Amino acid sequence: MSYLARRKFISRVAETLCAVAVLLALLPLAFILFYVIRQGIGSMNWAFFTQMPKPVGEVGGGMANAIVGTLIIIGIAALFAVPVGCICGIHLAEYPDTKFSSMVRFAADVLNGVPSIVVGIFAYGLVVLPVKRFSAIAGGVALGLLMIPIVVRTTEELLRLVPSGLREGALALGATRGRAVMTVILPAALPGILTGILVALARVAGETAPLLFTAFNNRFWSTNITQPMASLTVQIFTYAISPYDDWHRQAWAGAFLLVMIILTLSIVARLAVRRLERMNRT
Amino acid sequence: MARHFDKDIEEIKDLLLRMGAKVEHSIAHSIRALLERDTLMAEEVIERDDEIDRMEVEIDQRTIELIAKMQPAAVDLRFVATIMKITPELERIADLAQDVCERVIELNREPQLKPVTQLPQLAESAQKMVREALDSFVRGDADLARSVIRQDDIADALTEDSFRALLTYMLENPRNISPAIRLTFIGKYFERMADGATNICEMVVYLVEGKMIRHSPPEES
Amino acid sequence: MTALTMQPIRSNRTEVPLMNQTTNDVASATPAKIHVQDFDFYYGDVKTLHGINLDVPERQVTALIGPSGCGKSTFLRSINRMNDIIVDAHADGVIEIDGRNIYESGVDAVELRRRVGMVFQKSNPFPKSIYDNVAYGMRIGGLRNKRRINEIVEKSLRRAALWDEAKDRLQDSALALSGGQQQRLCIARALAVDPEILLMDEPASALDPIATAKIEELIYELKDNYTIVIVTHNMQQAARVSDRTAFFMLGKLVEYGETKTMFMNPQQKMTEDYVTGRFG
Repeated sequence: MSYLARRKFISRVAETLCAVAVLLALLPLAFILFYVIRQGIGSMNWAFFTQMPKPVGEVGGGMANAIVGTLIIIGIAALFAVPVGCICGIHLAEYPDTKFSSMVRFAADVLNGVPSIVVGIFAYGLVVLPVKRFSAIAGGVALGLLMIPIVVRTTEELLRLVPSGLREGALALGATRGRAVMTVILPAALPGILTGILVALARVAGETAPLLFTAFNNRFWSTNITQPMASLTVQIFTYAISPYDDWHRQAWAGAFLLVMIILTLSIVARLAVRRLERMNRT
Repeated sequence: MARHFDKDIEEIKDLLLRMGAKVEHSIAHSIRALLERDTLMAEEVIERDDEIDRMEVEIDQRTIELIAKMQPAAVDLRFVATIMKITPELERIADLAQDVCERVIELNREPQLKPVTQLPQLAESAQKMVREALDSFVRGDADLARSVIRQDDIADALTEDSFRALLTYMLENPRNISPAIRLTFIGKYFERMADGATNICEMVVYLVEGKMIRHSPPEES
Repeated sequence: MTALTMQPIRSNRTEVPLMNQTTNDVASATPAKIHVQDFDFYYGDVKTLHGINLDVPERQVTALIGPSGCGKSTFLRSINRMNDIIVDAHADGVIEIDGRNIYESGVDAVELRRRVGMVFQKSNPFPKSIYDNVAYGMRIGGLRNKRRINEIVEKSLRRAALWDEAKDRLQDSALALSGGQQQRLCIARALAVDPEILLMDEPASALDPIATAKIEELIYELKDNYTIVIVTHNMQQAARVSDRTAFFMLGKLVEYGETKTMFMNPQQKMTEDYVTGRFG
């Protein structure tokens, strides 16, 4: 075999290996999606969205309380994680080389690595124990804690993506540093930051463990955030480990809905990132 | 760092020097034709002038091309400017040598006048100035150029002296008038060659020092 | 004989120092807007500018030339204290604008930058509309009067020779403009805060020849009203647009003088080697 032919051969082998690796990575995802859709879509109906869970033995019913509950809990999480995360992210992007910044960055990375159930226990100790009651607030705190490091890092990264020329341009026009951030850099990075928030939301929306000791569960309709509250993930968990076929079907439907929510959030996030990249190119 | 247009500059310089050599040759032969009443040699000088004219055009073209392509600055710019002013000066000097030869041919058709000693002196002085002017350019020698400029006064004085001598001849005998007038012209031609050499030298000083000494009082030069 | 007749002429002329007088006249007609004295600059422990001394005359274009890394951009950014944002950098010495040392304590860099505008190598319009870009500086300066802002936006765009091209699309994104237009927009944006000095860091280096020619023409017109300092790598550009040229090398000011002198008859060998391309 000539030198060139050998090189071509090696190249082709490497390409094939790459393709196989990609397939191996994508295959489980495809299977999960396929399975969840197949199992879930059959159990989806209007009642699933509008009705409350029925007692064991009664056919039908839905997860209306869990759907709303999930929305409320991640809303609470976002409410405090987004400002805290964004402000930290802005700080890290503006003062990247100070000792404090590297501490914050390290803390965020550690927090990101903490198992979610540990965060749940932490929130349990922080919010549940003092009042001796599970509550949606506690669930929100737990999820918020999980969100913060993601928001911090995405905000930081995306602010850094903003061309430094914009900052210099604003400063050269007599803007203070804060002014430059608020009027030029943050608006320029806003689509990206929103994306980061969406990604973080998608990530925590799928969490079950931290909610087990915090928001717990609630078989009834409740929007009182000081009370235990149902959530999709906990509901799926409860139904999935139950011995009843009807509940299993409901769990699949819940899983399907959850996957769809996360998928939608991710796609929206991708689109927003693409827009930001386009802006950076020009 | 070597620059590829240094070669262009060298070539233009070389061309100018070859033209200068031809001009010097013409001057030398015009002087011999004058002193030896040699019509043939005079005709030869006249013929050769076309070649000098062609060289002038070629140098012009090459220089303009250089400006267009490399936009010279500093010493390069001064070099190009110098070339562009020296070349027509040399061409004019060659024309003057040609004029001398035309007068020589006319003179040779008439009886010879008594010699005017200042005239050969003037011719040699002009020849020396042109040669030294070219030397100062080649060597970038501003001091030599300045010494040539100072010699111009001597050439002027010699022109004046030879004119006075010729005037005396004309007063002595009206038949001398015709050759004497032609010789007066010739004196004027050599004086203008010396002027040309002076102009070249002024450009050499500009080339070397960046100073324009034309039309300025001597202490600034 | 000849030498004798020349003598009196010589002494006559020395009584009238013609050259010096003209220089003085020029100097008094255009007083120094920026006066730089013994200016040093450090990145950490590395000294990047060594004892710079120069006077920039008012309402003239001063070009800073020199090889990459010679300190000309650092020096330019010292004039509006843009270098302040670099951690670890510090400056020594004096840069006076209208007689006031801008490195003195109590001088507000933000306030200074409103007087000393800057245009960058890469055009950096904000991802906002054309109008908002030009209005930005006024707005952060606290101007709220809509009519006044409209006026200044128009005036600035006109001055930057962009009005005719932009007047019908003021609300369009500035990013939709061509490279040359974006750069003129950045000039308009800088002019809108009414600076006295305009610093330009290779403003045309990323532009095609026609856009470059427009910027150069603009610089020529702007010098009636502004003192301009421009960094350029393009020596012909420096020769075309500037009145004075400063040649920097290895953090030192090698030579500073009238542009025509710098390009016809520089006094320093280094300058000559640089402007003739023999450098290296």
